[in-house]
Amino acid sequence: MEETLATPSETPRVNYLNARYGLKSWLLTKDHKRIALLYLGGVSLFFLLGGIYAMLIRIELLTPKGDLFQSQTYNKVFTQHGIIMVFFFLIPAIPAVLGNFLVPIMIGAKDLAFPRINLLSWYIYMLGGILTIWALLSGGVDTGWTFYVPYSTNFSNTYVVLAGLGVFVSGFSSILTGLNFIVTIHTMRAPGMTWFRLPLFIWSHYATSLIMILGTPVIAITVLLVALERIAHIGIFDPRLGGDPVLFQHMFWFYSHPAVYIMILPSMGVISELIANFSRKNIFGYSFVAFSSIAIAVFGFLVWGHHMFVSSQSIYAGMIFSFLSFAVAIPSAVKVFNWSATLFRGSVSYDTPMLYGLGLIGLFLIGGMTGLFLAAIGLDVHVTDTYFVVAHFHYVMVGGTLMGYLGGLHYWWPKISGRMYPESWGRFAALIIFVGFNLTFFPQFVVGYMGMPRRYHAYPDIPIWQVLNVMSTAGATILGFGMLIPMVYLIWSMRYGRAASANPWALPGLEWRTSSPPPTENFTVTPVVTWEAYEFAPPEELKVIGKLEPRDRADYPPDYPAYTES
Amino acid sequence: MAEGHAITHEGAGAQREHHAHAALAHHFDNLEQQREAGTIGMWVFLVQEIMFFGGLFLAYTVYRWQFPAAFVAASNHLNVRLGATNTIVLIVSSLTMALAVYYAQTGSRRNQLIFLLVTMALGTTFLVIKGIEYYDKYRDHLIPGSLIPGRPFHWDTVQHPLPIGVSEHNLEMFFWIYFAMTGLHALHMIIGLGILAYLVYYAYKGRFTPEYHAPVEISGLYWHFVDIVWIFLFPLLYLLGRHLEH
Amino acid sequence: MSGNVDALFFYLVGVTIFFSVLISGMVIFFAIKYKRRTPFEIPRPIAGSLKLETMWTVVPFVIAMSMFVWGADVYFKQYRMPRDAMEVYVVGKQWMWKLQHATGQREINQLHIPVGRKVELIMTTEDVIHSFFIPEFRVKADVVPGKYTRLWFEATKSGTYHLFCAEYCGTNHSGMIGSIVVMEPADFDNWLSGGAGQQSPVAAGQNLFQNTLGCASCHGDNGQGGRGPALTNLLGSSVPIQGDGTVVADENYMRESILNPTAKLVAGYQPIMPTFQGQVSEEQLIQLIAYIKSLSPQRTSGITTTARPANTQANNNAPATQSSPAANSQNANTTTRHGGRSRQ
Repeated sequence: MEETLATPSETPRVNYLNARYGLKSWLLTKDHKRIALLYLGGVSLFFLLGGIYAMLIRIELLTPKGDLFQSQTYNKVFTQHGIIMVFFFLIPAIPAVLGNFLVPIMIGAKDLAFPRINLLSWYIYMLGGILTIWALLSGGVDTGWTFYVPYSTNFSNTYVVLAGLGVFVSGFSSILTGLNFIVTIHTMRAPGMTWFRLPLFIWSHYATSLIMILGTPVIAITVLLVALERIAHIGIFDPRLGGDPVLFQHMFWFYSHPAVYIMILPSMGVISELIANFSRKNIFGYSFVAFSSIAIAVFGFLVWGHHMFVSSQSIYAGMIFSFLSFAVAIPSAVKVFNWSATLFRGSVSYDTPMLYGLGLIGLFLIGGMTGLFLAAIGLDVHVTDTYFVVAHFHYVMVGGTLMGYLGGLHYWWPKISGRMYPESWGRFAALIIFVGFNLTFFPQFVVGYMGMPRRYHAYPDIPIWQVLNVMSTAGATILGFGMLIPMVYLIWSMRYGRAASANPWALPGLEWRTSSPPPTENFTVTPVVTWEAYEFAPPEELKVIGKLEPRDRADYPPDYPAYTES
Repeated sequence: MAEGHAITHEGAGAQREHHAHAALAHHFDNLEQQREAGTIGMWVFLVQEIMFFGGLFLAYTVYRWQFPAAFVAASNHLNVRLGATNTIVLIVSSLTMALAVYYAQTGSRRNQLIFLLVTMALGTTFLVIKGIEYYDKYRDHLIPGSLIPGRPFHWDTVQHPLPIGVSEHNLEMFFWIYFAMTGLHALHMIIGLGILAYLVYYAYKGRFTPEYHAPVEISGLYWHFVDIVWIFLFPLLYLLGRHLEH
Repeated sequence: MSGNVDALFFYLVGVTIFFSVLISGMVIFFAIKYKRRTPFEIPRPIAGSLKLETMWTVVPFVIAMSMFVWGADVYFKQYRMPRDAMEVYVVGKQWMWKLQHATGQREINQLHIPVGRKVELIMTTEDVIHSFFIPEFRVKADVVPGKYTRLWFEATKSGTYHLFCAEYCGTNHSGMIGSIVVMEPADFDNWLSGGAGQQSPVAAGQNLFQNTLGCASCHGDNGQGGRGPALTNLLGSSVPIQGDGTVVADENYMRESILNPTAKLVAGYQPIMPTFQGQVSEEQLIQLIAYIKSLSPQRTSGITTTARPANTQANNNAPATQSSPAANSQNANTTTRHGGRSRQ
C-alpha cells in the first residue's frame, strides 16, 4: 500500500469533462456521460419548479379556507406539480441521469449502443418540457396529472393540448432511453461480464427499460387521442358518441401504474448498490434480487385496475386486480428482506449515500406496506382518492425514488464530477430530509383515513384536519430546506471540492476501475471481467484498468491511495 | 477518439478489427456487434410500435363489440376495391424490399437501387390511393367532428338510409377510429419513404457492401412491420361484417 | 356501517407495524453491530440461503392472501346490492349533487335518510366523472357519464355526516360537498310527508312513456308488449338476445336499449326501434327506467311500490335543479356543512 500511495501522479489529465470545451461541445455531444449531465441540468430545473408548486400547495392547505388562491389557480398548481414531477422529474431522474452515466461504464462499454439517439432523447425531453412550460406560461392546465376524460376533453378550458403534447413528446425520450439500455446491455457487455456478474443496478435498469418500451407508447397514444379529441371536438372517449370514459382510465393506468415501477425500480437498483458496497459485502441472494426486478416489471403490467376499484368496473375484475396487486407486493418484500440480510456480518459504514440507503429501506417499507391497504379492495373503496393515497404514493415516489436518486448522486458524485462532496454537510442534509419527509407525509395517512379527499382546494373546518395539515406543511418546509442543502454543496463541490481518486470508496465495481472523472471512452482499454459482482478485494488488487496519463501531484487526495497499475 | 488502442486482452470476438471498417462506430468492437445492436434495436422499437398501435386496436375492439350494427354500416361505406388494391400494393412492396435487402447482401448495387426505387414507388402508390379514399370521405362529409372546419360529419341518410336503431354518433365513432388508425399508418408509411430515400442516396454512393449492409436490413424490418399493420387494418376496417348485409 | 372496513384497516395496521418494527429493528441492529471498524476490512461473503428466501416469499404471500380474502369479502358485501333497499336517484353535475327520493322529494347536496334502513343510490352524471363519497360510512363510488353506478349503505346512528365529491371534477371540485342527514324513522316519515305533492320519478316516467315519447305505442300502454317486447317483470330477468346468449336486464341494459336499441336486441323482434340518444335528459332517463322497474312489482323495493303511478299528474318536465322549498323548510334546523360552495 505504501507503494501504491507513492504513485498518485498517474490519474489522467484528459477526461470527458475537459476533453473539449465550449457550448457546442456539450450541445452536440454524443458522450453518454455528458448527456447524463445535460439531463442532470434539465431534471434539476424541473425538480425545482415542481418543488415550488409543492410548497404553494402546502401553504394553501395551512387553513381550511381557500384563502391563498382561487379554486382554479389551486387546481392548476397541483396539476402542474403532478405533471412536472411525474413526467419530467421522477421518470427520467435515475435512468436518464445516473443510468445514462453508469450503465455503459458498469458493463465495461465505451458508450451506449446509439449515442446519437441518446442525444436525441435529451432534446426530445427538453422539447416536451418546453411545451409543458409553454402551457404553464400561457395560463396553465387544470385537469390533474391524470388527464381524466371527459373533463380534460370536453370541459376544462385550460391548455390541455399543449400540456398533453408535452407529455406525449417526453414519452418518446423515455422510450429511446429504454431502447438504448436494452440494446446496450444485450450487446455491449465487456468480455467476461456475464449476465450474473452484472451489478444489480444494471438488472433494475434492464427491467425499467422493458416497462419503458412496453408501457410508454400506450400513454403516448392515449394522451394523443385526448389532445385530438379536444381539437376535433370528437373522439373515442366521448360519452355523447357512445364512448366510454372508463376506457381512458384503463389505457392511462396501463402505463401509469407500471410508470411507478419506472420510478422505483432504478431506485431499487441504486439501493442494492449502496447496501452491498457500503457494507462491503456481496448482496444476499443476488439472483432473487435480480429476478424480483423482472418479476416486478412483468406483474406491474397486470395490476392497473387497482386504480379503478370504484370506477364502475365489474366487481370480478376488481377482485382479480386486487389479487394480482398483492402478488406484485411479494417481489418487493423479497428485495427488502435481502437488503436487510446483506447487512448481516458486513462492515457497515455511515457515509452519506449509505444513510440515504438505510433511510430508503424504512420509507419504502411504509410506502410498500400502505400499498397493501390500497390493494385490499374493500378498504381501497374508502381510502382511494383521499390523502391516504397521496401519502402512499409520495412515500413510494419521493421516499423511494428521490432518496435513491440523492443517494446515488452522492455515491457516484466523485466519479461524475471528479470531486468529493463535503461529507458532514451530506450527512446533515440526509438527516434533515428524512425527518422533513416523514413529518410531511405521515400526517396525510391519518387525515386521509379520516376522509379528506385529495385535490381539495378548501376542506371542511375540522380542527384535527387542520392540525394534521399544518404538521404536513411544517414538514414540507423542513424538507424543502433540506433539499436546498445538497443543491448548494454539490454545485459548490464541482469547483471547490476535494479532488476524488479513481476509487474513493475502495470498491470492486467496474466504474471504480477507471479514473474519476473517466476518459471519454470510459476505459483506455477494454476491461476483461474475471470477478463476480460485489467481490470485494484488498485495495491493492483493485487497480485502474489501463495506463493513465499523468497529472499533477498536488491535485491528488491525500487520504485514499490510488490503485493504479504499477 | 477511436485511434487504435493497444489490445491488451485475449477476448476473442471482442477485439477491434485492425483495419476498422469506415462504417464502424467508435464505440463498437466490430461490425458484427454493431449489426447485432442495430437489429435488436429495431426489434425493440417495433415492440414499442406494436404497443403504440395497440391502444387503437383496443379502442376498435371495444367499440366494435359495443356497436356492431353501426360498425358494419359504416364499414360498408369504405371502398373495398381500393382497400384490396392497396393491400396487394403493400404486399408486393414487401417483396421488393426483401429483394433490395438480398441484393445489398450480395453486393449488387444496380439491383439494390432498382428494388429500393420500386419499393418507394409502391409506397407512394399506396399513399396516393389512400389519398383518393380520404378525398371520397371528404366529399361525402364523412370526416368526423370538426377536423375539417366548417365541414362537420354528416351521414347522407337519403343515399344511405340509417339502419334503424343505429345512431349517427356511432357511425362517427367508426370513422374517427378509421381515420386515427389509417392516418397513423399513413404517417408511418411517409416516414418509411423518408428512410428509403436515405437508403437510395447511400446505395447510389455505393456505401452498402456484403460486409456492411445493416441499415438496409434494419429498414427492411421497419417496412415489413408497417405492411403487417396494414394487413391487420384491412380486414378489420373493410371486411369484417360486410357479409352481414349482403 | 364502518365496522367491517375498520376491522380490516386495523388488521393491516397491525401487520404493518409488526413488519416495520421487525425490519427497521433488524436494519438498525445490524448497522450498529456490524459497524465498520477498519477502513479496508473485507467481511466473509454470504451467498444467500434458499431456506430464508423461500420463507420470506411464502410467509408474506400467505399474509397477503389473508388480506386479499378479507378485503374481497368486505368489498363483495359493499357492492352486492340489497333487495329491500330504499332507492334514491342521484345525478351529479358540476358542482352539485341532485338527489331525488322515490316518493318525489328532491334535494340538493343533502340527503335525508332514516336510521336502520338500507339505502341504495342509483347514480349518473350530466357532465364529468364525479365520485360519491361518505367517509363516515366508508363507501364511495364513481359517478360516470353514460351509465348507472350504484352504492348502498345503512346508517346505524342518527346525525349529520359529510358528503364529498372524491373524483376531481374541475374548478369548484372542493365545493361539491354536502351532508347526509340521518334521522330517526319517525322524523324521516315526517320529513317525507313534508315533500308530498311532488311528482314521483315513477309517475314522471309513466307520463314520458305513455305520452311524451310514445313508447307505449309499441310496448303497450302498461308495458305489456306489442311490436316491442313486454316490459313487465323485466327487472333482473334474463333476456335472450339476438345472435347468441342472454343479458340480465338491469338499469344499464334498459339505458342502453333506450339509447342504442340494436346493441342487444331482444331475440325475435325486428330492429325497428329508433334511438332516443340526444332526445331524453339524464333525469328523464332515470324516470323512464324507474317506471319500467315499477312494472316488475315483486322485484322492486318497498318504497317504490308505495308510490304507484296512480296519481299521474300534469306533465312536469321542469329542470330538476330546484329543491322543494317544503323540503328545505322542514329541515331548517339541521346543520349543513356545505359551506364550501360559497367559497369560490
